[in-house]
Amino acid sequence: MSQTLERPPEAAVPKRPARPSLLYRAFVRPETGSLVGAIAILIFFAAVAPPFRQLTSAATVLYASSTIGIMAIAVALLMIGGEFDLSAGVSVVTAALTASMLSYELSLNLWVGTLVALVVALAIGWVNGYLVVRTGIPSFLVTLGTFLMLQGLNLAVTKMITGTVATRNISDMDGYDSLRAVFASQFTIGGVAIRVTVLWWLLFVAVSSYVLLRTRIGNWILAVGGNADSARAVGVPVNKVKVGLFVTVGFLAWFTGMHLLYSFNTVQSGEGVGNEFRYIIAAVIGGALLTGGYGSTIGSAIGAFIFGMTTQGIVYAGWDPDWFKFFLGIMLLLATVTNLWVRRLATRRG
Amino acid sequence: MAAMVDMAVDAGVPLVEMVDVGKSYGVIQALRGVSLRVNAGEVTCVLGDNGAGKSTLIKIMSGLHQQSEGALRVDGEEVRFGSPREALDRGIATVYQDLAVVPLMEVWRNFFLGSEVRKRLWPFNPLDAEGMRRTARAELSKMGIELDDVNQPIGTLSGGQRQCVAIARAVYFGARVLILDEPTAALGVKQSGVVLRYIARARDAGLGVVLITHNPHHAYLVGDHFVVLKRGQMSLDGKRDEITLDELTQQMAGGDELEALTSELRRAQV
Ligand SMILES: Nc1ncnc2c1ncn2[C@@H]1O[C@H](COP(=O)(O)OP(=O)(O)OP(=O)(O)O)[C@@H](O)[C@H]1O
Ligand SMILES: [Mg+2]
Repeated sequence: MSQTLERPPEAAVPKRPARPSLLYRAFVRPETGSLVGAIAILIFFAAVAPPFRQLTSAATVLYASSTIGIMAIAVALLMIGGEFDLSAGVSVVTAALTASMLSYELSLNLWVGTLVALVVALAIGWVNGYLVVRTGIPSFLVTLGTFLMLQGLNLAVTKMITGTVATRNISDMDGYDSLRAVFASQFTIGGVAIRVTVLWWLLFVAVSSYVLLRTRIGNWILAVGGNADSARAVGVPVNKVKVGLFVTVGFLAWFTGMHLLYSFNTVQSGEGVGNEFRYIIAAVIGGALLTGGYGSTIGSAIGAFIFGMTTQGIVYAGWDPDWFKFFLGIMLLLATVTNLWVRRLATRRG
Repeated sequence: MAAMVDMAVDAGVPLVEMVDVGKSYGVIQALRGVSLRVNAGEVTCVLGDNGAGKSTLIKIMSGLHQQSEGALRVDGEEVRFGSPREALDRGIATVYQDLAVVPLMEVWRNFFLGSEVRKRLWPFNPLDAEGMRRTARAELSKMGIELDDVNQPIGTLSGGQRQCVAIARAVYFGARVLILDEPTAALGVKQSGVVLRYIARARDAGLGVVLITHNPHHAYLVGDHFVVLKRGQMSLDGKRDEITLDELTQQMAGGDELEALTSELRRAQV
């Protein structure tokens, strides 16, 4: 049953002014600021570091970007939904360790270990989400807890099982070749070797962006982060959306973990710490709002690309890699200021 | 529609009825023995001071809270809502002052939030964005809100416009009962007028409206029935023809207290 209120006489309805131009609407997208930044950095390194201009360097930069970028997608979605996940960095390693040690110790086909690792990674995401929505404790604290727990578990269990801080080489086990093809292969286009993670990354960005902007779930993610109470009042299942976002982080953590495992064949159990901030920084540079309700996954990809360009660019320029952190700090500040300004324009009255 | 409404009124079955409803938050008894009827085509006003229990009352009707005692009936049938969705499914829509909209989302997304229109297209069933934009624009212009662009974030609208978008949304999605929590509280005279005019239109279209307000003047402009709450209990319950604006104002301000206050302030001025 749908009612409509009485319509005023047609003449009383003034003609609607023209829509703001496409240019303006593109300008106020969340990722605009980061795109400008990415172009500036591209030009900068192309100018100061000649090797940076080569096509093979582009492939290297893209690969470096993709390893951050895949997780940054999930972290950006989660931030748009109003939550944080500090365990995102170590859960990547937890997934890799699970697949590796389980398969090795029980002499299973690697596919079995890989699927069990998927279940574990999804479960970690689910537990994070469940604790956040059930207790109402800020996700910053809940996931700080799981971060510490997983960091400890990664090291302790690995030492207990292997006697060292790393897992054994799995490259001669059953299933290795097919799994390596999925997660860590490379192929050549025009003489340039491209890593498969770059393709996965682009695919995930395309899908997530479509979901965020063009589907009901995406609408709900934006609403849940923008104003959870009002979303709940119009019938949006707020808790399910949030738990789903944490589980998505778990899924991509698994994916990234499998790349780690099948490209190096062995996993260092202390790795991953600090990466959670890389993902968050990529998301923020890409226009995701810390308080939720605003951002894009294309932005997270541009943020990750800036990351990749800077790490590699500094190497190509022959500088001390210590400069990387300094650059990163500047970029983060510039990005947040630009994004603030773009958002002000977007939400300006009138 | 009008015939149906008349029948319902004649048969004496209100859209929503509360009988002796009470609610406690732990040790705090926020409501006690409140009875209320919401009829189709009428505006029921609930007035009261801060903390009187107005919001608590409507949160029970809208499914955010459950009553601790008493009965809630919809179309004469006793119900207990477990979630706002259940209330919405029975045609009871609520517009909260502070949680009406998601500021950073576009107007059309806000309009359709929770009731999105989708295309059947494997695998994602994407939103019918064009259709929703068109509908939102048309529905808003029906109530006199002309927007440059339904793609602008709703936070860029004025408070009154935002309130009206939220009301238009509820009406469009088939609300039979419209609950408004202090829709005019943050608004100036002109903006309040826009909202009140829209409330009157919703009433004329046959909806039952529950209007929560601090302002007896606003209540008296559109109200058919008045309930005044005081510390969780009803201190007044009357129809429009049984009560004058002065009486209403008196009741609201606590009667004698207001007179005492008036003379106190007079003396202070001299
Ligand atoms: N969730 C809650 N937990 C505990 N006490 C509450 C809760 N919500 C309301 N109360 C208490 O119940 C009483 C009534 O509150 P309510 O919000 O219904 O008042 P109100 O009439 O809407 O006031 P106002 O005009 O300020 O909005 C107050 O004493 C308040 O402190
Ligand atoms: Mg209130």
